[in-house]
Formats: sequence, C-alpha cells, structure tokens
Amino acid sequence: MPLIKDNQIVEDSWITLEDAASLPQDAWPIVSLERWRAERENLMEAGVPIGLRLRSDQSPRLVADELEHFAVIALEFPKFTDGRPYSSARLLRDRYGFKGELRAVGHVLRDQALFLVRCGFDAFELTEDVSLEAWRAALGNITVRFQAAADGRSTVSRLRRQPARPSKPRAPSRHKDGDYCAACWAY
Amino acid sequence: MYRYDEFDRTFVEERVEQFREQVARRLSGEIGEDEFRPLRLMNGLYLQLHAYMLRVAVPYGTLSSQQMRKLAHIARRYDQGYGHFTTRQNIQYNWVKLKEAPDILADLAEVEMHAIQTSGNCIRNVTADHFAGAAADEIEDPRIAAEVVRQWSSLHPEFSFLPRKFKVAVTGAPNDRAAVKVHDIGLQIVRDARGRTGFKVIVGGGLGRTPIIGATIREFLPKRHLLSYLEAILRVYNELGRRDNIYKARIKILVKDLGAEAFARKVEEEWSSLKDQAVDLPDGELRRIESYFAPPAFENLPAVTSGFEAKRFEDRDFARWAQRNVDAHRAPGYAIVTVSLKPEGGVPGDATAEQMEAVADLAAHYSFDEIRVSHEQNLVLPHVRQSDLYAVWQGLVAADLATANVGLISDIIACPGLDYCNLANTRSIPIAQRIGRRFAEIERQHDIGGLKLKISGCINACGHHHIGHIGLLGVDKKGEEFYQITLGGSADENAALGRILGPAFSAETVVDAVETIVDTYVDQRRAAEGFNDTLARIGLDPFKEKLYAPH
Repeated sequence: MPLIKDNQIVEDSWITLEDAASLPQDAWPIVSLERWRAERENLMEAGVPIGLRLRSDQSPRLVADELEHFAVIALEFPKFTDGRPYSSARLLRDRYGFKGELRAVGHVLRDQALFLVRCGFDAFELTEDVSLEAWRAALGNITVRFQAAADGRSTVSRLRRQPARPSKPRAPSRHKDGDYCAACWAY
Repeated sequence: MYRYDEFDRTFVEERVEQFREQVARRLSGEIGEDEFRPLRLMNGLYLQLHAYMLRVAVPYGTLSSQQMRKLAHIARRYDQGYGHFTTRQNIQYNWVKLKEAPDILADLAEVEMHAIQTSGNCIRNVTADHFAGAAADEIEDPRIAAEVVRQWSSLHPEFSFLPRKFKVAVTGAPNDRAAVKVHDIGLQIVRDARGRTGFKVIVGGGLGRTPIIGATIREFLPKRHLLSYLEAILRVYNELGRRDNIYKARIKILVKDLGAEAFARKVEEEWSSLKDQAVDLPDGELRRIESYFAPPAFENLPAVTSGFEAKRFEDRDFARWAQRNVDAHRAPGYAIVTVSLKPEGGVPGDATAEQMEAVADLAAHYSFDEIRVSHEQNLVLPHVRQSDLYAVWQGLVAADLATANVGLISDIIACPGLDYCNLANTRSIPIAQRIGRRFAEIERQHDIGGLKLKISGCINACGHHHIGHIGLLGVDKKGEEFYQITLGGSADENAALGRILGPAFSAETVVDAVETIVDTYVDQRRAAEGFNDTLARIGLDPFKEKLYAPH
C-alpha cells in the first residue's frame, strides 16, 4: 500500500521489524515498544536511525523522555474508528515537541486525512489503494478550522479577529508546480 | 439568534459536498457498508428497520421560523409529510433515501442548518435549556456557551473517533431544564463569591444500561477557559475510555472506575498544560458570539395584562391551557408558550409539515421569530406578549397543537421503539398512545397534576425511563413484549434514578398498572404533594400492594 509523505507517494526507506527479526541491512528499522525496552542499548549502538511503533493502547507518555532517539514514530490504528492515536499525535507534537516523522499506520483511510494532518501526522501508510488525487481531494474538501490544533493553522475565531478579514477562508497554498504541499498544510 | 458568517457558511457547504462524494462512493460500490457506516453516522444518517433515518441538528434547540419552514419542506418533499422531534432537541426524518440525503443537507445549509455530529462516536449536537433567554430564573443565557461548544466540536480532529458518543448539555438557571446531571458533560452557569459567572462542571452522568448521576468535578470554571477544560476532559476520555466493550465505553464508566476525584485530578493535570495554549477563544470572539444572543427588543409592559386575565375567566379551555402550557417570562408582560406535541393518542414528538408551518407563522407574528425544541419533545414559543396569548392559543387550536397537557401524565417522552428502531426490544409509541387515551379526560389529568412518564423500548434508555416519575422499560421475554416499571426518577436539579417496582407487566396489562400507580398516588398524597414527594414519604410498598396483591 502506498506511503504518502509531503503529498507525494514515496519509497519507504523504513521497515517495520518483527520483534524476533534481526536488524535489516538495506533499510532503517521501526521497532515495537517492547523491543525498544528490551534492546535499547543494542539498537542505539547499531548507528542507524531508529523508528518506534506504538500500538493505540501505548501512550507516548511512556517514552516522553526518550523521543530524541527516534527519527520516526509510527502510531497504529488497529481500526480507523480507534481515535487514540490522534491524542498521541497531539501530545507528541504539542506537548513534547517531537519534530521527527509522525506516521499513521494500520487501518488508515482517506476519510481520516484532515483529522490526521491537523493532529500532526505527516506520513501516511494507506490501507486502501487511493490515488494521490483522491488523497489530496480528501485533504482539501474542508478548509474551515474551528479548533486550534497541531497543524498551527489559523482558526476561524482568529481569522474573524483579523483587521483586514479575507472575504473567503484562505485556500491551501500551492507551489509553483500547482501541487498542494503538506508542509503548507502544516504552517 | 446566532447567524452564520462566511466561515460557518463555507464550512457547512463544504461538508455537504464532502458527504455527497462519500455517498457517491457508497452508491458506486467503491466502499462497503463497514467503511461507509462511520462516515454516514458523522452526518446523522442511520439505517433503521425500514429505511434510512436522518437526524438533523437543532443546535441547543433554537430555530427561526424560516428554519422551521425548511424542516416542513423537507418533511413534505423527502419524507412522508412529518418529522419527529427528539429528546436531544433534534428532528428526525424516518423515511429518507440514501441518494437524496445529500440534497436534504444542501437544503438545510440554505437556512444555516446541518446534520453534523448528530450521531457517531463524537461530540454530539449540544443541548441547552429550552427556555434559554426567556426564563425568569436564568443567570445567563446558556446558548452562548452551547454555540461556543458547537463550533469547537465541529469536526474536532482529535475527538471525532471517541470510545463512544459524547453529549454535552448547558443550563443557565438553577432550575435545571436541560438534565445536565445525566449527560457526559453537564455545564451549569453559576456565580462565584465575587459575582462573576462561570461554569460548574459535571461529568459522567448518563442513562442507558448503566444509569448514573454525574459527578461535579469543578465547582467554578472561569468562562474564558471553557474550551481548554473541555479539551482536557475529552483527552483523558479519549486516551483512557474503554474500547473493548461498547457497553462500558461511555465516560460515565471511566469516571466510575477511576472515581470522580481521581478523574478530576487527571483532568486538572491535563488542563494545566492546555489552558495557556491557543485552545481557548481569543478575546473578542466570546463577545462576538454573545452579541447574537442579546435579548430581543421587549416592550415595556405591565407585569399583569388585564386582557389575558379576563380571557382566562371567559374561556375554560384557554384557562386550562394557560395553566399548563404557559410559563413565567423574565420580561414583564411576556410569557413562554409550550406547544404540546402530545395530542391524545398521537405519537410523542411528531409534527406534520402543516403543523411546523403553523408554528413558524405564530413565531413570526408573536415570538420574535423564535422557536425552541424541548428535550421533552415539545416546541416552545419563547417570547409571547401576554396580550397575544389568546390569539396564539387560537392559532394552535386550529393546527391541533393546543393540548393543555404540558407536564401532565400524557406529556409522555417515548423513544421511537420497535416501530422504527432496530435496537428496540419492544414498541414504545403504542403504549404512549394507549396511556394517552386512558387518561384522555383533561380534567382528570389536571387533577392528577404534574407527572412525568417516560417510555424506553429497550435498555438503551432513549426514552429516559430512568428519570421519569414513572418509567417504563420495554423488555423482551421469549418473544413477548413486557414493561418493567420504575418509580421516583427525576431529570431536574434534584436528579434521581427511578427504583424498580417489581416484575414486569405485559403489553396488555401495563396501562392498567400505570393507572393503578396513579390512583394510588392520588389516594395517598397530602394536599398538593408531588409524586416523588409522596413516594419518598410512603415508599414503594403501597404501590406494590395494589399492583401485585393476589386478586
């Protein structure tokens, strides 16, 4: 299934490592919390970037002091109606200032796109085989934000307070090639 | 009333188009029912026994006459000519076609309405006191906070997939007409020692299989911190609420399992990190929303209108109606009119398109264009001059909406039951209709006095039976409908859960049982003693003796 990052379908340079599997040669590992707990020193000595995968019942509060070791944190949706990873993402971004990649994995559908981006996710392993266009459309179909969230976008209540109020809510910015940009969504 | 600006309008229009695209994917077979289900539920669309049902949000129960006319139009064009007002101040259409649902939403958007978050495991449409802005006992209009919460909760990115549904109710008066103690979060506007207004925060109330009266976790929350505090509560719930068992997933179970004090500590801890971030509204935004709820331009009138008093002497039917269906207004010379949707033998909460239009006309002429939906499934004209009451009453009589039974035994709350709902075990509506007919004589009802009877067709308790003075719960016994009776519940500031009386009654005998209970109460009461007071004094035994004595 496609990995979407920066609004492009990209090659995945990471591999989700089974707990018993040995470290891969040709990719960087994403390990479970259990394996991180058991082999922390070994993994750090391997000298490669480390990713951490958290199940939806594993709060990032458990690793709040260790975040500097992770280049990627993958938050798992066992089914798309399990909303815990949204809170995990906001804690990681807003409270702990995690700057690495925040990846949505598991049961991930285009209909979650806006919620995911707004909570601070920036990489998406989609369950369905969705075209990039459909993903971008899903991301763009609601432009009004009522709540402050991890994407830092202006909320309606702030836009209302601006002296020179735009007549329409701001459209997502485009780069010169005409593509929407995930980074702009996260400004 | 709140009016949309371009942001609110854009949001609702975009949501309509988003849903249209989701429906198209479902109709084309691109997605299956499993994936479509949570999407349609986010837009209030249920699949019931016979058809799709669309639940339209009436935020905090406030409607303009234009909006009510649109609801009538939808009833006529897309349904079978009627709609059903619910205990959550919403309206449901029971005969909707999937392919037309996006068109209905587009029609609603034209009058600043939607069906967003009227179902699904998200923050549901916010409810408030149906007498808001009119009640004589009000500290502050609860609709301001309700509107703030409505906007904040709309497609909240973090809280759209909660363990279970989440209901918030707000009251601005000490006499609680919004049942705040049986909601996931109840907000009650209070004054602190310095006279400033804020919220008492009540969490973890609810009905359903595990009825619980909510616990106060904060006595006073300054108004400006409302959203950050709600965000803290919701985050604790989203992270820790149970997801392994649908029947234990509501916040009430989490609060009960942790204990209210421990839960409150978690919320306060979370809030300490949230309250200085950007979650709360910026200065000015609260004032902007407040300004929409400024009182209408009431005339300076004498407190007592002689013409009104004279009509009460002349016309017995009007007098009876005025006694039950008219309440005190905060402005001298005005009154609050409750329009009963409980005619004898009718379906509680149903209104035809013509009736909706009649109420819209009366609101436009006599009530500053405002209508309310009450959680007791009636409509309200909140701002009527006393001198216009007779004309309003005549208008209601003409529309068959003048039943003088508000708060009486036939003012029944009932869920849709097995006539519509695929969760129900038993029917509710026919029982309500039979009770209504049994007590049809209006003099008798007035003699019995205030009595709240509530019927649920299954343990999910949509008919609020736990908090009725008399509650009926439908249970299935080997394929037959039975009704368990509880006594002594209450939804107001003295919220209480009813106690089970004894073995359930069959559908044939349950109306007799209700009559026996009522007769026993009337026999035993002292002077004008209310039902729950009599019950507290004499206990369940006298009722049991009458009901279960060997004949």
